[in-house]
Amino acid sequence: MTVPLALEPWHAGWRLLLRGDWSLAAMPQIEAQLEGFPQALRGPVLCDWSQTQTPGIGPSWALLRRLRDVGVPSDAISHSGGPPHFVELLQTLRSDPRAVGGERAPRPTLPGIIGDIGRWSVLQGRYARGVVEFLGRIATVVGQAFRRPRAWRISSLARHVYETGITAIPIVALIAFLISVIVAYIGAQQLSRFGADIFVVDLVTIAVLREMGVLLTAIIVAGRSGSAFAAEIGVMQLNEETDALRAMGMNPIELLVVPRVLALIIVLPLLTVIADAMGLAGGGLLSLIDLNIPLPQFTYRLRESLGPTTFWSGLIKAPVFAALIAMVGTYRGMQVRDSARELGRLTTVAVVQSIFMVILADALFAVLFEKIGF
Amino acid sequence: MLDRSVDPVIRVQGLCNRFGSQVVHDHLDMEVRQNEIFGVVGGSGTGKSVLLRSILGLRHPDAGTVELYGRDVQSLAAADRSTLVQSYGVTFQNGALISSLTVAQNVQLPLREHYSLSENTLDELAQLNLALVGLEQGAGAKFPSQLSGGMIKRAALARALALEPQLLFLDEPTAGLDPISAAAFDELLLYLHGELRLTVVMITHDLDTLFATCSRVGVIVDKHMISDTLDGLLENPHPWIHSYFHGPRARAAEKEIHG
Repeated sequence: MTVPLALEPWHAGWRLLLRGDWSLAAMPQIEAQLEGFPQALRGPVLCDWSQTQTPGIGPSWALLRRLRDVGVPSDAISHSGGPPHFVELLQTLRSDPRAVGGERAPRPTLPGIIGDIGRWSVLQGRYARGVVEFLGRIATVVGQAFRRPRAWRISSLARHVYETGITAIPIVALIAFLISVIVAYIGAQQLSRFGADIFVVDLVTIAVLREMGVLLTAIIVAGRSGSAFAAEIGVMQLNEETDALRAMGMNPIELLVVPRVLALIIVLPLLTVIADAMGLAGGGLLSLIDLNIPLPQFTYRLRESLGPTTFWSGLIKAPVFAALIAMVGTYRGMQVRDSARELGRLTTVAVVQSIFMVILADALFAVLFEKIGF
Repeated sequence: MLDRSVDPVIRVQGLCNRFGSQVVHDHLDMEVRQNEIFGVVGGSGTGKSVLLRSILGLRHPDAGTVELYGRDVQSLAAADRSTLVQSYGVTFQNGALISSLTVAQNVQLPLREHYSLSENTLDELAQLNLALVGLEQGAGAKFPSQLSGGMIKRAALARALALEPQLLFLDEPTAGLDPISAAAFDELLLYLHGELRLTVVMITHDLDTLFATCSRVGVIVDKHMISDTLDGLLENPHPWIHSYFHGPRARAAEKEIHG
């Protein structure tokens, strides 16, 4: 392999013999050779290009830069042997290392860390204020809507009811059915050891109606619709559509957020009822096949185990979960700024946070119901 | 290896593009020669961008051939495609800078993909390309969302130049710029065209740009292309071409150029 450059004394100065491939592809070798240059050069330099092939802009630039760095003024550089046509341009070009902004992240220091914690705290405070502000805006729009019926945006509401509700029925039904079959099956395995097979019915009924029906539905809806809300509104933010709405005197909260929140509050209880029904059906089917409990006996036992509040204590949680999911999703969507990466990040945050909120709220409900004996 | 001295650089023959029953191009022919700035104009919906996408191989045309440097774009093996892609640079209408990378990282992106270069070299090449397009210091560290429209166009040009192509495709490079920025962009383009001996294909609606920079212009009318020098097109009797080049805006632009 030919060495890309050789430096030799010539008259009062130096002659640089450039050889072989000087295209971008040879840049690493050329850079390595330039590194080995003397720290200072005196006298004029003649660059001989006659033995180069396809000289590229980048390598030529690196050469001229290096010559300047070792103290050769540009008027002391001359060229021979058919230099590339852009050499003259490169010699006059000024560049600034700051243009790239190559500073690396500074080492962490103690005051720096304390400062970071402080900044983080202030930021969290601001986020909290943002959330309260967002809730306030929603409340204002809903409050005004009672005096101005047009603000309910019925057609938009209907679209979201369809998209978040009707189209979610198959997946919600299927998952509720399968999970309750699994619960009944595991319950049957344990209970049959004590000859208490019939209590599988109690297990399924209470587990599905009180907890699983609504929780599963909420988690599925958070994954499906919470992410969709964040992504839809986020893209609108990136396209400046929300700004356009504001500029036309429309309120994005009224147009985009409230219909989604209301739609989910309407839809989630209905989906929960479907999930409850499918869950009970799953339990009934497994009892019939695995435990030989005939359907009339199953339904009789089901009614026996049903307390007055069993069904309602599950259902009453649905609108609360719905509001949490919808508000987290739309809020994160409204936060999207600037880049596609932000959109992805906030969509993820929306789903994770809404599922977390749902489970947290469920835990609080459990404590509350226990205290008031609901 | 690609022979970059082939003339004409681009040869499109019998190109047909259809969307369902809507015919956009019907046996369109086009030739771009070495070292010229070729403008593509046409009314909205005449398929300027579709033509560009066909030339770049982003869209498979319904009929016809597209040759870049004498190679048929559609029948290339993957390895040849990669060398062909490195021989041209493209800027898209809205810049199409990757929004999660800084401007400098955007410029370095194709270099990272096609060459194994050290970080220092990459930084140096980013500086070079940003300096070439006249982006002031500090712009490289910014994200695309922090740039003005004119800076986005320049940054996109810097990225297109990163692989040192001899062929540039520009889609509406001056759209959305104020007249001063647009004129500065024209100047930059002429300067780079002269210094780097580029062949440029430019889709534009900007009559000032057209008169200031283009050596030849192709007009898409009636699903075909009529290519000629600007002087030739000014004489052309076709009604659309006549009204395009003799409308009130065209006359003003022409007056400015020809005094």
